[in-house]
Amino acid sequence: MSKKILIVDDEPNIVISLEFLMKKEGFEVAVATDGDEALAKVAEFNPDLLLLDVMMPKKSGFEVCEALRADPDRAGLLIVMLTAKGRDTEVAKGLAIGADAYVTKPFSTKELVVKVKDMLGLA
Amino acid sequence: MKAKVRFLLAIIVLGLLMTGPFVVTSLLVWAGMEETERNMLLELLMSRLPIGTMMTIFGFGIGVAVLHKLFKQYVEGLLGMAEQLRLMLSANRNFRVRLDGPPEVQQLAQAANDLAAQRDMLMDDVDSRIAQANASVEEEKNRLAALMSELAQAVVVCNLDGRILLYNNRARLQFKALSQGPTTVAGGALIGLGRSIFSILEKNQVEHSQEIIRQRLISGKSALANFVTTTRGGQLLRVQMVPVLAAAQEEGERQMTGYVLTVDNITRTLEEEARRDQALHSLTEGSRAALGSIRAAVANLIDYPEMDAELRERFVKVVDDEAARMSQRLDQTMHDFSDSMKTRWPLEDVLAMDIISAAQRRIEDKLKLPTKTEEVDESLWIKADSFSLVFALVFIAERLQDHYQIRDLRFRTVCEGKLAYLDLIWVGQAISSETFYTWEMETMQALGETSSLSLRDVIDRHGGEIWYQREKAAHRAFFRFVLPVAIPEAEIHDERRSTGRPEYYDFDLFKFEDKSIDLDRKLSELTYTVFDTETTGLEPSKGDEIIQIGAARIVNNRLLKQEVFNQIVDPERPLKPESIPIHGITEDMVRGQPNIDIVLPAFHAFCEETVLIAHNAAFDMRFLQLKEDRTGLRFTQPVLDTLLLSAVVHPNQESHKLDVILERLGISIGTRHNALEDAVATGEVFLKLLPLLEEKGIVTVRQALEAAEKTYFARIKY
Repeated sequence: MSKKILIVDDEPNIVISLEFLMKKEGFEVAVATDGDEALAKVAEFNPDLLLLDVMMPKKSGFEVCEALRADPDRAGLLIVMLTAKGRDTEVAKGLAIGADAYVTKPFSTKELVVKVKDMLGLA
Repeated sequence: MKAKVRFLLAIIVLGLLMTGPFVVTSLLVWAGMEETERNMLLELLMSRLPIGTMMTIFGFGIGVAVLHKLFKQYVEGLLGMAEQLRLMLSANRNFRVRLDGPPEVQQLAQAANDLAAQRDMLMDDVDSRIAQANASVEEEKNRLAALMSELAQAVVVCNLDGRILLYNNRARLQFKALSQGPTTVAGGALIGLGRSIFSILEKNQVEHSQEIIRQRLISGKSALANFVTTTRGGQLLRVQMVPVLAAAQEEGERQMTGYVLTVDNITRTLEEEARRDQALHSLTEGSRAALGSIRAAVANLIDYPEMDAELRERFVKVVDDEAARMSQRLDQTMHDFSDSMKTRWPLEDVLAMDIISAAQRRIEDKLKLPTKTEEVDESLWIKADSFSLVFALVFIAERLQDHYQIRDLRFRTVCEGKLAYLDLIWVGQAISSETFYTWEMETMQALGETSSLSLRDVIDRHGGEIWYQREKAAHRAFFRFVLPVAIPEAEIHDERRSTGRPEYYDFDLFKFEDKSIDLDRKLSELTYTVFDTETTGLEPSKGDEIIQIGAARIVNNRLLKQEVFNQIVDPERPLKPESIPIHGITEDMVRGQPNIDIVLPAFHAFCEETVLIAHNAAFDMRFLQLKEDRTGLRFTQPVLDTLLLSAVVHPNQESHKLDVILERLGISIGTRHNALEDAVATGEVFLKLLPLLEEKGIVTVRQALEAAEKTYFARIKY
């Protein structure tokens, strides 16, 4: 059974690439475009890994991450934060509130795929 | 009296001496005689007794006369001299002992006079030395005040209570610009000798800095503290504090008696920095997302070349979209932040005209090359490093003169939005672009001096440009300097500069401690606001209104003509034509001025913590009191009335009109019947009345108020 990935980002131009890429790599993919939708999709779609953008309308990636980490049922969910904020302080915050990895835009798609597979134990 | 008694005693002694030996001898002879001998003697004596008695009385008379004379000359004469010497000692230094009486007494008097002369010489010497010392102290104070007033930085000196002892012109202008409301109303009301600095700066921050300095003093570090504070108007001030220390005592740390504050308004600098940050941010962080999308799309296009056409189309569109967005953002950022992103070399705001004039002077004086200006905008401000810019202009002029034999040089300025063009025009041969390129790149030399900069460096320093252009029709060519236009910070011109040396300092305030108004303090120690109002008429209860308030401050017995309040007020009702000649204020003058609701709070702040003084104060106070309900402001401080005080001092004079008092006290004032001028005149009167009141034993505010209340004039009520 293939692993499920939920892509959360409000920028369609990056979502289209990520969706294409992850599908090509054989994952089952769903998309959410804001924080609230992300929480709903997590419950509904039950993903193994989240690609989570930080800067989003309604709820920021940080808030979504915190909400998910507060739910013990989701302890196994992997979260990779994607962000256009490159400052050290934000990386530190993301990791501190429970993200498993932090990727700064622009990033290499190859490396992202490797990292995702590695985290899901598929490497 | 004692001398008289002694004189009587002396006469008695004389009498006894003249008669005693004869009487005693006679009695002894009488005792040893027989009865017959005694009868014979009686017979002999009785017939001659009158002559003997007469001779004795005569002799006694002469004796008394001699005694009297001696007494007059030596005893009374010396007593008189003693009195004269006392006079010389105290009341009248120039008095000298009269030389009369016997030679011995005269010699004594002469010796005393000589001693007095010697004493006078010594005293004069001491006096002149004291005067000299005072003069040099005064001169030093004046030099300090002059130095301070010319400083380009705002400096304020305070005592430990936060009272202002000294401030300079720059501080006055800076705080005036900061004060709220219409600037004419505030009129620098916030800053003033003896006023509290805490009306300008946050008290907690000042005290915190004081504490830091104390700590640093104790630990032997350099005593200095900095803080940044916001004013009520939202301006940011950077303040540096250094302590004023008491003169060194024997051992132990030196006590802090006050502090010096230097104040910079950093609002604009900070805004510029914030804009620079924003620009940087928008170019870096802002590009990440777009670049991320492009990179991912391109990676997909490369990694999966077999993808179908529709999908490929979508990825290409992503790249296209995001690239376009990035370009747009880049343009926008450059446009918005171009000012902030330019050179970080500290440029000052200068008038373009000043740069040109400086360059003209050097070119004409040193190069003997005539110059002219054409179409120069006299009010054009540019951001420039004036030294290097003038050097560059002179450098070009010298090159043109040496290589192209130009006969004159013209200057022109053109303003194009945010850019200023400064043109250097000449008539003659065109220069090649290679030549200009070398001029631009080599280090500049002019008038025998070498700069470390090239023309290009100067241009870069200004974030500007330079090019060479020809006006073919006129056979002219010019170099065009492109420089950033500056918006100068509101420059407030100092309208009172001409009125002698400013009184921006008062070191005696170092001793000034008590803040509240204590009625038992000496009159000469208090801070006063002397004020006067002009009104539409004499009946406040029938709707007459204030149309002008003028006021000045008296601090430490000095009338401060720099710290004044002078404001015309819109009465919001028509002026009475018959009153216009009295106050000289016309409809045109009141129109557009703030109304009393705006002016009164400013005036209230101006008089804070001072005793009020006015001539016929009841009249002015009545107008102020009628506004209490409307403005909610109460003038609760004690009020002294120079009319009443004059009546206290001169109860038998008929008139106590201001003009009459001025004349009586010998005060000459130029024009009057303007609120400020009348207030100043009232202040002069008050200062003259102070010593006269003191002669009457009136020293404190309480005594002055009580005495004034008892005068006849105090019974007239408005």
